[in-house]
Amino acid sequence: MKARIKFSKNGSLIYIGHLDVMRYFQKAIRRAGLPIAFSEGFSPHMIMSFAQPLGVGMYSEGEYFDIELLEYIEPKKAIDDLNKVMADGIKIKNFVYISDDKKQSGMTIVAAATYLAKLSLNKSSLDNLDMLTLEEDNNKELKNFDNEEDKIKFFNNKIQEYFNRDEIVVLKKTKRSEKEVDIKPMILDMKYSEQGLFLFLLTGSENNLKPNLVVSDFLIFCNLPNNMLTTDYKRLDVFAKNIKKTENIDNLQQENNNFIPLDACTIK
Amino acid sequence: MRKLALDNDTLMCVEKPERYIGGEINSVMKNKEDMDIRFALAFPDVYEIGMSHLGIQILYDILNEREDTWCERVYSPWTDADNIFREKNIPLFALESQDKLLDFDFIGFTIQYEMCYTNILQILDLAGIPLFANDRGEEFPIIIGGGPCTYNPEPIADFFDLFYIGEGETNLNELMDLYKKFGKSKEKFLLEASKIEGIYVPSLYDVTYNSDNTIKEMIPKGKDVPKVVKRTLVLDMKDAHYPTKPIVPFIKVTQDRVVLEIQRGCIRGCRFCQAGMVYRPSRERDLEDLKRYAREMLENTGHEEISLSSLSSSDYSKLNEIITYLIEEFKDKKINVSLPSLRIDGFSLDVMSKVQDVRKSSLTFAPEAGSQRLRDVINKGLTEEEILDGAFKAFEGGWNKVKLYFMLGLPTETEEDRLAIPHLAEEIAKRYYTIPKDERNGKCQITASSSFFIPKPFTPFQWAKMYPYEKYNDFAYEVKDEFRNMLNRKSLSYKYHDAKTTILEGVFARGDRRLSKVIETAYKEGCLYDAWSEYFNYDAWLDAFAKSDIDYTFYILRERDENEIFPWDFIDIEVKKDYLLKEWKKAKEGVVTPNCKEKCSGCGCLSMGAGVCVKS
Repeated sequence: MKARIKFSKNGSLIYIGHLDVMRYFQKAIRRAGLPIAFSEGFSPHMIMSFAQPLGVGMYSEGEYFDIELLEYIEPKKAIDDLNKVMADGIKIKNFVYISDDKKQSGMTIVAAATYLAKLSLNKSSLDNLDMLTLEEDNNKELKNFDNEEDKIKFFNNKIQEYFNRDEIVVLKKTKRSEKEVDIKPMILDMKYSEQGLFLFLLTGSENNLKPNLVVSDFLIFCNLPNNMLTTDYKRLDVFAKNIKKTENIDNLQQENNNFIPLDACTIK
Repeated sequence: MRKLALDNDTLMCVEKPERYIGGEINSVMKNKEDMDIRFALAFPDVYEIGMSHLGIQILYDILNEREDTWCERVYSPWTDADNIFREKNIPLFALESQDKLLDFDFIGFTIQYEMCYTNILQILDLAGIPLFANDRGEEFPIIIGGGPCTYNPEPIADFFDLFYIGEGETNLNELMDLYKKFGKSKEKFLLEASKIEGIYVPSLYDVTYNSDNTIKEMIPKGKDVPKVVKRTLVLDMKDAHYPTKPIVPFIKVTQDRVVLEIQRGCIRGCRFCQAGMVYRPSRERDLEDLKRYAREMLENTGHEEISLSSLSSSDYSKLNEIITYLIEEFKDKKINVSLPSLRIDGFSLDVMSKVQDVRKSSLTFAPEAGSQRLRDVINKGLTEEEILDGAFKAFEGGWNKVKLYFMLGLPTETEEDRLAIPHLAEEIAKRYYTIPKDERNGKCQITASSSFFIPKPFTPFQWAKMYPYEKYNDFAYEVKDEFRNMLNRKSLSYKYHDAKTTILEGVFARGDRRLSKVIETAYKEGCLYDAWSEYFNYDAWLDAFAKSDIDYTFYILRERDENEIFPWDFIDIEVKKDYLLKEWKKAKEGVVTPNCKEKCSGCGCLSMGAGVCVKS
């Protein structure tokens, strides 16, 4: 039987890379004594798959991996047993049983993710703020950072302008190539609140949009100098397409509730 | 949540931020306000190497068991971080509290190899601590050194306040208690510490030299200061603390597994081997204790592999029992059991086929010398027939890869001895091809590799001479050329390392106090991570010798006189100098000495009444 585990990643553990998080959980599962299944063959390994790698330096409230279990274990007990052996910074938030169907594995069904980007003036810029000639066009917008209400208004106006275009073209760099892509269809939602910039983006094997790509393009659009701001990213959750509902709907962008969190894809 | 010493920008631009954040499973957090003593254990190499070291884990555990002490860790920042720390003036910090090292009472270095000496200076320097002990006032932490290199601490003596010579389990607590009593005055503390067994305070001794540069005398400053420093050792391994909650790093380190130390010391008495002498007598751990440690450590770490550790593991009397237990007990949990190199006999082949993936692994032999004559000189109790039979048994068992380890530049070695290396490899290959074609597994691969012999203190070879750099290369070429002449050359390969580090290791292994300024100069000229070939800069070291007006060949090229006083003679390891000298003479005659289980050869350890000496 298969189970899906949801965890958060905070504090100093945001610097642990994806492969090391996998290694960490292999050892954690042994410490917790979960009855995990192993693959066959000469060098058996735990049957375990991670949904969507998180970039180093990013916080998260919604990370997922699936495991295969040899026997049923009470979800609450599993969560408790795992939390007892966690390092400071990683917390198990949910444990649900999922379908055995391979097509339902976390890896395959990931379709979107939500993020929170916290924008703040970085320390050295703050020190230099007085010295900046704020009349200069480029830096005018920084004034909006003084007042929270202005800031929210400013950003939400800008977001509207940002979307009032036919397409949002950015340069997407991969290891091999650079190409211009219209990211507008990949942004499901974007809004600014006192918590920061909320982003709902397509994620996964088909369409993958990273939050920093959107944010840096957006900041340029806002005339905000990139180097004056520090952005902390937090992934809030990861979503799958809600198959039952999506059958008759063409435009996914309009219907964000067509996505459900990975830990809502459960079986009884 | 802990506050990190490094900001986000710094952590995001170093290669592996995990090296600097601490917070690993089983690392110990305490409230610093409640502590009397703050101790930083330092391993002067990169995190992945340092984290793989069992000794640090033992000391970490012993110190943290004390309610008045918080022991933390620090490793050499890798070169990328080193640059950033210097540029941004970030003082070096310990991993647990992330507090700067200057806040600590002690920094204790474990010193495993000579080529890490500049990394010791790096850690002090980045911490903002003056390199030389006599430049450090009361406000600075006390700098301790321990580990194998401290059996001749003299080349680095000037950098340290004290050395702990011997096994950490015995007197570390006594030293901490003493600090609580006298810690307010460094001078008083060091004087009192010098009376504890195993503690050496270099500043309390003067060294005088003869006109030929050899040592004339080592004179204690004051009546209270002991003339001889006795190395300290655990007599009964039952009393030796075992860390059953070792730290589990986030990143993959060299030793990413549970390490089970089955015994300490060695009965063999190979004449080149320092560990075989300084850890005498050989002491075994109790089988039932080991089983318990294994279970607890696997539970507490979640590691998927366990590895046995000791010198000459085949000599552990309950080897069969412990291996069988580990295999049976953890079979269902898919725990790998990895074995150290064993003597090849029916038993070990049987065990190895049980635990290892036959297709992947190769078997390792360490004949150390190619000819029987030279193997007798070094007292390696291994005959040619044993090697050939062992290899043949392995071939019959389905192995077709064999690794062979040798040393070049051994005492009395001739060209004939060196050429015997390819000849031995050839003989092993020949044995393989006596197996009928349809029964063997394709071609065999015999890989011979050689290192260059370095005479070490407290061995029968401590009197031996070394060779100039070019000579070592000639030795290796001779061997290499002869490999090309072998009939089965396509099944054989030969590897050797450059001899540049050999020269330096040789100098520091048997060097004296005058070398500290060379190490300082080399460090200031940019030498760092000398154990890493990509950073090792031989020419910079030669410059450092020249600038310091020191002829390094003095330390390596001469055979030492029987009456010479060595820099390390003030240390008493129980094994007597007379015995080592007797062994040196027997070596030259090619006479072997039986191992401790066969017959006591009277090295001087018997009176301790411990380990193998009691049983036989």
